[in-house]
Amino acid sequence: MTAVYPPPAAPNRPVHPTPKLRRAASHRFAGGVARGLAEHLGVEVVVLRVAFVALAFFAGLGVVLYAAFWIFVPQSVGTAAPPSRERGRERHQALALIIVLIAATMLTGLGTDTDTGSGDWLWPLLVAGPGVILLWRQADESQRQRWFSLDGRSRVAGWLRALIGATLVVAGLIFFSLGRGGIGDALAAMRGAGLLLVGLLVIFGPYLLRQTRELGAERRARIRAQERAEVAAHVHDSVLHTLTLIQRQVEDPREVARLARAQERELRAWLYRPDGEEPDRTFAAALRGVAAEVEDAHGVSIEIVCVGDCPVDDRLSALIAAAREAMVNAAKYAGGAAISVFGEADEDTVTVFVRDRGPGFDPDAVPADRLGVRESVLGRMRRNGGAANIRSEPGEGTEVELEMRRADAGRSAVGRTNT
Amino acid sequence: MNTSETSSAPVEGTPRTRVVLVDDHRMFRTGVRAEIGEAVEVVGEADDVASAVAVVTETRPEVVLLDVHLPGGGGVEVLRRCASLIPAVRFLALSVSDAAEDVIGVIRGGARGYVTKSITGDELIRAIGRVGEGDAVFSPRLAGFVLDAFAATDVPPIDEDLDRLTQREREVLRLIARGYAYKEIARRLVISVKTVETHVSAVLRKLQLSNRHELTRWATDRRLV
Repeated sequence: MTAVYPPPAAPNRPVHPTPKLRRAASHRFAGGVARGLAEHLGVEVVVLRVAFVALAFFAGLGVVLYAAFWIFVPQSVGTAAPPSRERGRERHQALALIIVLIAATMLTGLGTDTDTGSGDWLWPLLVAGPGVILLWRQADESQRQRWFSLDGRSRVAGWLRALIGATLVVAGLIFFSLGRGGIGDALAAMRGAGLLLVGLLVIFGPYLLRQTRELGAERRARIRAQERAEVAAHVHDSVLHTLTLIQRQVEDPREVARLARAQERELRAWLYRPDGEEPDRTFAAALRGVAAEVEDAHGVSIEIVCVGDCPVDDRLSALIAAAREAMVNAAKYAGGAAISVFGEADEDTVTVFVRDRGPGFDPDAVPADRLGVRESVLGRMRRNGGAANIRSEPGEGTEVELEMRRADAGRSAVGRTNT
Repeated sequence: MNTSETSSAPVEGTPRTRVVLVDDHRMFRTGVRAEIGEAVEVVGEADDVASAVAVVTETRPEVVLLDVHLPGGGGVEVLRRCASLIPAVRFLALSVSDAAEDVIGVIRGGARGYVTKSITGDELIRAIGRVGEGDAVFSPRLAGFVLDAFAATDVPPIDEDLDRLTQREREVLRLIARGYAYKEIARRLVISVKTVETHVSAVLRKLQLSNRHELTRWATDRRLV
């Protein structure tokens, strides 16, 4: 009996299912309806756009359809922006179609319908239409986000666009009422409309206001609850666990101190550090990280102060490694006395001071076979183009001073010395 | 091992500094009182903003040890409400927080110094003594914040002599940040301890009064305000 294999899947069939009908967030001229539909149906955008324009001539069917899609189809979120050339082409295409639409309406609409009176709505529509498009685009989510962003320029642009849109719509309405009769009729109509609007506001205003307020209050409450939950989760994950560990290890004071110190550091970092600071990518963060490691490994307490900050390059990595060695030495030989670390990054140099209050030593009396200070601190700094200086007097403690020119500032300095 | 530095502690026979303790944790107040009660006279305690203002106004101590986080508005609120008393009563912030906004906030509110709760009893007594005499007390971390705040290079030319730290003041702050005691700074720069304290007080004055531009920008950069 021959085995029957299922036929292989047709290779030209798309593997992924048809995307859900969504308005495109990018690639859009007015609402992204055509682009969204095109992606959904798998047709070229141009075809759809032309179709919408063509349909517009059947009693405005295309326009109505487009508007309906715009209102009822949700917008997709977070699609990558297309390359700008593509976007430019799209824009030209859309503009050309709109011009065609306007030209065609002018030719057909004006030529045939002026005497029947139905031409009256064409001009107002042509004026108000772009206004409506402007306003609705503004209300789209991605636009609105930009609108309320802190960037002052885009906010001004947003308001400006909204103003232009509203003006266009109102102008269209005025045109419309003008077409129905004389200027007196138009004014009366506008006045009536205005009165109606005021009446509606009086009736529904309080309701609307309450709705907005409740919405705002609810949002605030939700944000607060979320933050609370996050704090609770963090305290549970870290602080409570550490306290439990400490209770279990009461007999080992060294371990208890280590746990408490590590937890304090972690909690402080979480509470007080600005969000933007990336761990270990900058000089200050790297120095703090190294100090934390030494604290944990040697059970000492290091007070660290950082002034200024800059990105870490190879030379600064060497500086940080040398600082680490200095801290380890301080931790080993200072007999548990306080250790202060001060790091400062200014425009052209980075300096680090590691100071302890221990017994101190005579740097010249260090035997030649001890490599800690000589190679890891002094040698490393010298090899990388920096300088190190050790001050120590018996009874006064020890201070290691490390200095390194910053690479970006150093380049010009090197250039100067070479010429 | 640090006994060589106790010479700046109050001399026997002089009247003890009158101190009010403000902290919302009773355990902590008890602990501090036990640590410093020998050397200073604790004349009152308070656990929130309202009681702190009442106690300080009533007892008129020389130094108030002020916690930064308090129910009812925090240490800054106490400073604000006691503003009329400030030159006569000196405030020393004593907090577990070493966040920049807390430190700069109470200093600008009028506190004469800032120390963290990890300070030892002896150092706290010395700090109280110095604040009581009208000098400023900076922890290394506070010195670091100040250096950071004044570090901007493109300074607006207005009020330059008022806003900028002098070279000497910067040097003194840098040594404080490196963990030096005032006495060691004096020896190192070959000046008197009194001069060191004058420099530090000048820094504090600038921090409170003048450097609007830099501090505002610095705080804005860090999203503190």
